[in-house]
Amino acid sequence: MSNLTDITPLRWLMRNPIWGFVLLVFIFFSLMSDHFFDYRNFQNILVQTSTIGLIALGMTLVMINGNIDLSVGATLALAAAFAVDVQSWAMFATWGNWQILPAVCLALLVGLLMGAINGFIVWKTGVDAFIVTLGAMLGIRGLVFVYTGESSFYAMNFAYSDFSALSVGPLPVLAVIFLVCTLIVHLVLSRTVHGRNTYAVGGNREAAVNAGIRVGPHMMVNFMIIGFLAALSGVLLSTQMGAATPNLGRDYELWVITAVVLGGTKLTGGKGDIIGTLGGVLAIGILRNGMNLMQVPAFYVYVILGSILIAVLFLDKRFNRTEDGGLRL
Amino acid sequence: MNEKLEPALRLKGIVKTFPGVRALDGVDFEVMPGEVHALLGENGAGKSTLMKVLAGMYQPDEGQIIIAGQPVRMTTPIEAKAQGVVLIHQELSLVPEMSAAENIYLGELPLKSFGRVDWTTLYERSNAILERLNCNFRGEVTVVNLSIANQQMVEIARALTVDARVVVFDEPTASLTDAEKVVLFEIINDLKARGVGIVYISHRMDEIFTLSDRITVLRDGSYRGTLTTADTNEDEVTRLMIGRSLDLSRDTATPTLGETVLEVRNLTCAPLYRDISFSVRAGEVVGFYGLVGAGRTEIAETLFGLRSADSGEILIDGEKVQIGSPPDAIALGISLVPENRKEQGLVLSMNCRDNMTLPQVQNLASGPFVSSSAENEIFDKYREKLEIKTPSWRQTVRVLSGGNQQKIVIGKWLSMQPRVLIVDEPTRGIDVGSKSEIHALLRALAAQGYAVIVISSEMPEVLRVSDRIVAMYNGRIMREFTADLVTEDSLVQAISGIKATEVA
Repeated sequence: MSNLTDITPLRWLMRNPIWGFVLLVFIFFSLMSDHFFDYRNFQNILVQTSTIGLIALGMTLVMINGNIDLSVGATLALAAAFAVDVQSWAMFATWGNWQILPAVCLALLVGLLMGAINGFIVWKTGVDAFIVTLGAMLGIRGLVFVYTGESSFYAMNFAYSDFSALSVGPLPVLAVIFLVCTLIVHLVLSRTVHGRNTYAVGGNREAAVNAGIRVGPHMMVNFMIIGFLAALSGVLLSTQMGAATPNLGRDYELWVITAVVLGGTKLTGGKGDIIGTLGGVLAIGILRNGMNLMQVPAFYVYVILGSILIAVLFLDKRFNRTEDGGLRL
Repeated sequence: MNEKLEPALRLKGIVKTFPGVRALDGVDFEVMPGEVHALLGENGAGKSTLMKVLAGMYQPDEGQIIIAGQPVRMTTPIEAKAQGVVLIHQELSLVPEMSAAENIYLGELPLKSFGRVDWTTLYERSNAILERLNCNFRGEVTVVNLSIANQQMVEIARALTVDARVVVFDEPTASLTDAEKVVLFEIINDLKARGVGIVYISHRMDEIFTLSDRITVLRDGSYRGTLTTADTNEDEVTRLMIGRSLDLSRDTATPTLGETVLEVRNLTCAPLYRDISFSVRAGEVVGFYGLVGAGRTEIAETLFGLRSADSGEILIDGEKVQIGSPPDAIALGISLVPENRKEQGLVLSMNCRDNMTLPQVQNLASGPFVSSSAENEIFDKYREKLEIKTPSWRQTVRVLSGGNQQKIVIGKWLSMQPRVLIVDEPTRGIDVGSKSEIHALLRALAAQGYAVIVISSEMPEVLRVSDRIVAMYNGRIMREFTADLVTEDSLVQAISGIKATEVA
């Protein structure tokens, strides 16, 4: 076994191939496009990444825990609809800009609640999370259409849509929110008891039970975290657009899972981290942004991303094969 | 043995390296037709790697495989099987949702035109094989519905689909009862009589000495020598294996017994066990001996809150307690080292330290975060105390040897300061060297005042570590022995369901 304490940059990249890839596409687009290597463009990438990135943070927890959540796109749409609609309710008409506060709180609460329901069902029924959240994905999307009556809501309060244009120092506020959340979730996962137990439950559920860990509550907490983050992502997305459409967040679950898996999190649970996930979402963000700047038609981006997903996982298997003794299966 | 006979299989100077490890270093090995050749070595000595080379799962870096005088290259298990080399895996490698017959012929189902499966032939042939093995089930049964022992039989049946030259048994008795073992040994002798070369891998010395003709020993990936079984003894084999003699004597120091810590009265959980009463005092090791399925593990699971009993009482320090979940049990000072450490005891993808602190990590938080220094302190303490061999706490437990993995699990529970330590099959799949270390450890723990319960299916183990032995049969306690009064005969009778009165 190699010495674990001496971690050279090269070895670190071997363990986290996605960051090598991020570096590669970064250099590639910097050389290929005149507009890419630009501070304003970096801000753009961070803002564009934040939507999927926030959900990916939660997905990392849920997947390390041995579950998956397919309902995030629908939850995002529902939360966005609440956030935009509630602020124009008659009861808040006299609140001025404060009317945004109850709207956003309610939207986040809805996300938390959807996550709690998912988690509770997975915990109590023992039905596979894939199935439970597949059902939730359909059901919540249905609720969105019922609630919005198939039409879009527009934010009447301009303070709401101006929010996304704010900056904190040199960084756009959306990027700051994303980076702060990344740091918090990273600390939760790597340093807290809940994070540790999340790994244990995903790595070997039976051993976790035998160690006296209450498996269900940990799963529920993780579903609530991802629900909250999906809702937050929905709120931020609706501030960018000044509106909420019923089809908002469609296919987002696929982008999110792609980013998380690119970041080295195992579908079977027990392995992964936030640093990898950050690399995964940045890889997707940089690729979309750079190809956009090079005026590659949008659908080629899908083709390329799909190929890269498979290639990265293949490389990961090659580099990190020693764990199972190099057995050819 | 006839000198002119060509070996059925010969391995010459096999070298296999993995990144950073030389797993096999010039190993020579041969099996004659009609010979049982035992392969011995501690865990990690390279037995499994050698067998995987033999079965075509690994390619050797150097060296030759010679079958019936011809050097061969095998790249897949099917190719190896076509050459007449069949490997029977230690861990069951069956497809649970398929029928026994399909599993037996997996990868080589008999076909009709257009690639359709010839079900009639399939069932005919597989039933014939199962009959030869004296199995009481038919090929149509779905494997998931079979007991572990019967699944093992399906695995063995696979070897009989071809005219095997060499059959490799990798720890075949690990999950078999004594009765099933007898059947297995008959099969092996039958194969042997028909001129098949047998490679037999096992940790159990008694089996090796009853079955084998020759013994080859590996240590640290290299060849240590071949002995003729009739001319050697356990001590010599052990010395070859671990490089020193084993101290097999029992720690005879009279234990100073404390108060009764755990008492169980009339515990019943039909149909698993009925009317179980026993007690354990501080400083005492109580051994639970019986066949697989006698209900011992289920009692342990009940005490640990994983199962609830229908009726009966559990008392800790003389007070009646309710144990509804593992956290309840842990709070009462009961710890369980489960039977299957890889599946039930360890999170293999986690590092050593995190595994050890798993049950108490919530007590080690400083502020919102887990305190790394507190964790390291616990790990260092028990690494030293239990002599766990690992380069660093960051090492993933997956790569440790079985003995060290087991010590991590034991350390995990000792660090919780339990009163009662229940150890289920503490040395299953662990090599002899580490085995005696773990036995000594269990004795030492009792001497420090823990109440220890050891569940084991190995008689020498129970006899060595226990102060008292509870013999179980079919969910009931048959007899209780004290260490100085027990004999092997009476123990065997008790676990076979023969009552003491009938014996006398």
